[in-house]
Formats: sequence, structure tokens, C-alpha cells
Amino acid sequence: MALPTMTRVSPADPGDIPGGADPLGVESPGQPTSGQLFVRRVVGHGSFVFAATIIVGIILMALLAPWLAPHDPYNQDLGNRLVYPIWTENGTWLHPLGTDALGRDYLSRVIYGSQISLIIGFTAMTISGLIGTTMGVLAGYFGGRVDMVVTFLLTTRLTLPVVMVALALVVVVGGSLYTVILVLGFLLWDRFTVVMRSTTQQVRSLDYVAAAEAIGCSTRRIILSEIMPNVLGNLLVIATFEVAHSILLEAALSFLGVGVQPPTPSWGLMVAEGRDYMLFEPYLIMIPGFCIFTLVLAINMLGDGARDILAPENRS
Amino acid sequence: MLVFMARRLFVAVLVAFTVSVIAFSLMRISGDLAVMLAGEDATAEQVEIIRERFGLNRPYYIQYLEWMGKAVQFDFGESMFYPQSVSSLIVDRITNTLTLAGFGLAFALSLSIPMGVLAALRPDSWIDRLALTIAVLGQALPGFWFALILMFIFGLYLGMFPISGSDTYWHFVLPAISLGYYSTPAVMRLTRTGMLEVMSSDYIRTARAKGLHTGTILFKHALRNAVIPVVALSAVQFGNMLGGSIVTETVFQIQGLGKLAYDGVLKNDFPVVQAVLLLVAVFYIVLVLLGDLLNAWLDPRIRVG
Repeated sequence: MALPTMTRVSPADPGDIPGGADPLGVESPGQPTSGQLFVRRVVGHGSFVFAATIIVGIILMALLAPWLAPHDPYNQDLGNRLVYPIWTENGTWLHPLGTDALGRDYLSRVIYGSQISLIIGFTAMTISGLIGTTMGVLAGYFGGRVDMVVTFLLTTRLTLPVVMVALALVVVVGGSLYTVILVLGFLLWDRFTVVMRSTTQQVRSLDYVAAAEAIGCSTRRIILSEIMPNVLGNLLVIATFEVAHSILLEAALSFLGVGVQPPTPSWGLMVAEGRDYMLFEPYLIMIPGFCIFTLVLAINMLGDGARDILAPENRS
Repeated sequence: MLVFMARRLFVAVLVAFTVSVIAFSLMRISGDLAVMLAGEDATAEQVEIIRERFGLNRPYYIQYLEWMGKAVQFDFGESMFYPQSVSSLIVDRITNTLTLAGFGLAFALSLSIPMGVLAALRPDSWIDRLALTIAVLGQALPGFWFALILMFIFGLYLGMFPISGSDTYWHFVLPAISLGYYSTPAVMRLTRTGMLEVMSSDYIRTARAKGLHTGTILFKHALRNAVIPVVALSAVQFGNMLGGSIVTETVFQIQGLGKLAYDGVLKNDFPVVQAVLLLVAVFYIVLVLLGDLLNAWLDPRIRVG
């Protein structure tokens, strides 16, 4: 494995530390190891650290939901309908973010809603990532007919309007958490394929792949241990963006009433439920919408940061 | 060039064919359409009548061939819900969607091209950063939420624009912004990269050295070349808007193709869903081809290469 590490696509080049610290070591006497440089690049990247903090926070919120939520998110209390949040005059600490039209505690629903978004984002991305990466790497490595077939499938997929197809599929199969995950997983593989195909094409023409072919490595071995480790950086970046993409689409489908079904607290569904009250109770649409926005923004910033950190030479 | 175009055309027809098969199968994958149409408490005879009435008892490939045979003549059969033929429904609704997407694209271009140019002229300045921020924020905004916020602020609170329907052009302002905003990041980035590349080229340096006016250099020499790829991208974005207008049309109650498909899906109106899906996909294919053609026409280098 010495060969691939030496010719990595994303070399830990000391000249590229963001922040311009002298790599030749004002403070450290010896040459810093590539690991140290990597950590420095991560810590030195402000927006990456900021985004990561938000995401870790939201993940913790999802994991600790049963302990964090002050009330049962499903518990209706019609005597306490539409209680305003704490920053308004009539707010009460009993319901810091108020209650919805059925008297359910909004803070608890927001906390539990993070579980839905995260589960859908990660699982849908895993499915689409497996499909898209397989297709992209195979097309990039073999070229020729394989590439033609993959490109054709890709063109067809890009021609289909995602929301419309997802909508029809979810309705036909029946809306639930699982169908939304499957539908998104089987629809959103296009970007994985595009990026993995071109990255593999680049890596494929490098010397060490030719060397591996020359010493008679099997195709399987070349793809798994020569190609894959070197396209991993790009894969990680796309995967991050696709988590965000899936979360946005789930929210849209749930908003349209065909995604996650009530009474499950999905942020998109909460916006839909609050819509009828938006004139006098705007917090009902503002709070869950802002949650989606924050989570997606943080994930996208994480992806942008990861791209800078993994491949500093590609920074524009 | 001719061979290249013929090849593209062949692939486009093949893609359109595949899409038509997908559109046809989409509403049928869950099983028996007749059972779905008949409803929950229908008897076996009633299901049989429906199967007979809509020809659902014939083999799938016969049903597909009949549907395609009529579809190429723009006949998509009768709607299950509206007392109208699907093609007349589409003709009724398509103007609204085209208007919406047209305004949306106009909004996106008028915001993103100037921003992209300014960002490229002063890299790393505050305006570059502002452009980047708008792009990053725009990609994270959930479309339906942005639409509701626009509706809340400019419709309900300030009362500047109507918030539902499609009677006048004023009705399209907020929907067009909410739909068009999603195309701004891509167009802005492409304009910025194109401008940066062109501005550092030799002929711009020559033009500067000749002492030409900055304005002349910018608009006559640089911008013209920088926006060539934007033309093709705009065509693709327009296609995306036609297919992606479901959320916007639902929020603002615009009777367009997206709303038609949405209602059709909810009401099991399969002839409508099939037709809209196929139509939007064909529009997209044609727009992408058109974009490539325009690109080749505007930039002779593509034709040679």
C-alpha cells in the first residue's frame, strides 16, 4: 500500500495550510507529520468547525430526545391549544416553544423531528451512494460499453423530474418513513455517478494503476484497493451534500402530505400543519422551517469545508 | 458536427422512449390499477367493470403501445377525475407553468449574472463574499418554507402581492421568486468562473493595453464570451423549473402542470400523471438539446472540437 499513499489525489502538502502558518515550523522544531498537518487544517477551517459543532449538537439532540424533550411529542392537550412561545407576552416556561393546534408541546416535537431528518438523510444517502458509486466507478474504470450504459441511465435519470416521480412513487407504494427512504435512495444517485465516474477516469490513468495491472492484480483488487482509496475524498464530499439533499426532499414530500405521515413529528410535516395558522401563529411554520434550514446549511458547510481540507489544491 | 448532432438526437429519442416506459409503469407498480380506482368497498364485479371500461384487462405491452400510439398524436385519453380529455387539461394548464418558469428564469438571471460578474471583478471582496453567501444560503432553504415566508412577508404582512391564484401577472411575482431563487447559485457560479477566466485572457489584456474603455471591455469583450455556457445552463434550469414547480404551484394555488400532476397523483388519475410526466421529460430533453445547439452556434470552438 506504499505506492498509493505516495501519489494520493489529496496530498498533505505543507504549502497549503489555510491561515498561512509557516509549515517549516516556527513553533515545532521538526517537520510536522502529515497527520498533524491534517488536524491543523481541520481545526484551522473556521466554517468547518462551526458546521461540525452544529451537526454534533443536532445529532446529540436526536439521540437524547427522550431525556431532552419536556413532554411527550404525541400527547394532545386541547385545553392548551396554540400556546405562544416564550418570547411573546403570553409565553410560558411550561411550553418554551409553545404548542400546536392540537396542544402538543412544540419543543418536544422539534426535538423528536431531528430524528426523522437525520435517519432519512443518512439512510437514503447510503442507498443512493451505493448505487451511484458502483455505477460511477464501473463506468470510469471499464469505459466503453459499460460507460455508455451508465451514461444512458444517468441521462434518463436526469430527465425525470425528481419531486414529481417521488410523489407518484410514494403515493402508489403508500407514504411511510421506509418508502420515503427507499424512493429517495433509488432516485438521488445521479451526483454520485457523475463525480465518481470522472474521478475514477482520472485515477485510472495514473501510473500506479498501470503498475498494478502490469503485475497482474485482479480487476476486483485494483478497483477495491487501488482506485477506491483514492476517490474516497470526493466520495465523502458528495455523500455530505446528498445527506442534505435527501433531508430537503423528505421535508418537501412530507410538506406535500405524501411523505412521513402524521402524527409523526417531521419538520416538513410540521410546517404543513402550521400553514393554516401562519397569519396569527407564524412561529408554527418559522421554527420547524428554521430547523431544516440550519441542519441543511450546516451539512452543506461541512461538505464545502471537507472539500477544502481533503483537496486543498482544488480550492477556487 | 452533423454526425455529433445525429448521435445526440438518437440518444434523446432513446431516453424519451425509456422515460415513456417509466411514466407508464409508475402508477402500475403497486399492483392492480382497477382495484385502486374502484375504491376500498368495491365488489369484484365492480372492479371487473372498471377493468373492462379502461382496457386494463389487456396485456401491459398492448396497453403501452396503444397509449404511445395516441400520445405521439397528443392524445392522452380521458381524465378519470375531470370531465375533460387529458390533452385539453394540459393545454389549459401549461400557460401558467410556462409563465411561472419564464418569470422564474428571468428573476434568476437578472440576479445571478450581475452578481457573478461583480464577484469575478473583485475576487475576495465583500461583494464576492455576499454572492457566495447568497449561494450557500439559497441551497439550504427548503423551497416550500421560502415560499411561505415570501407569502407571509410580502403577501400577508405588507400586502404588496396577491398570495394565491394566477389571474394577473402580479400573482406570479412571489411564485417566480421562490422558484427562480434555486437556479441563482448555479448560474452565479458559472458566470463568476467564466468571467474570471475571460478577464485573465490575453485578448482582454490587449484590449486594456489599447486603452479601451473599461465598460467596452467588460460588456463587449468579456461578458459576451463569459455567458456562453450560461445559455445552455439556463435551458437546463428552465427544464428543471417546469418539472420542479409542484411545490410552488401547490403553495400559491397556481393551476399549472405541477398542480395538475399533484392532484392527479392524489386522485389516482393515472392518465393525467403519465401524460404530465412524459411531457415534462420531453420538454427537458428538447431544452437540453437546444442548449447544446445554441452553445455550438455561439461558440465556434465547440463545433470544431
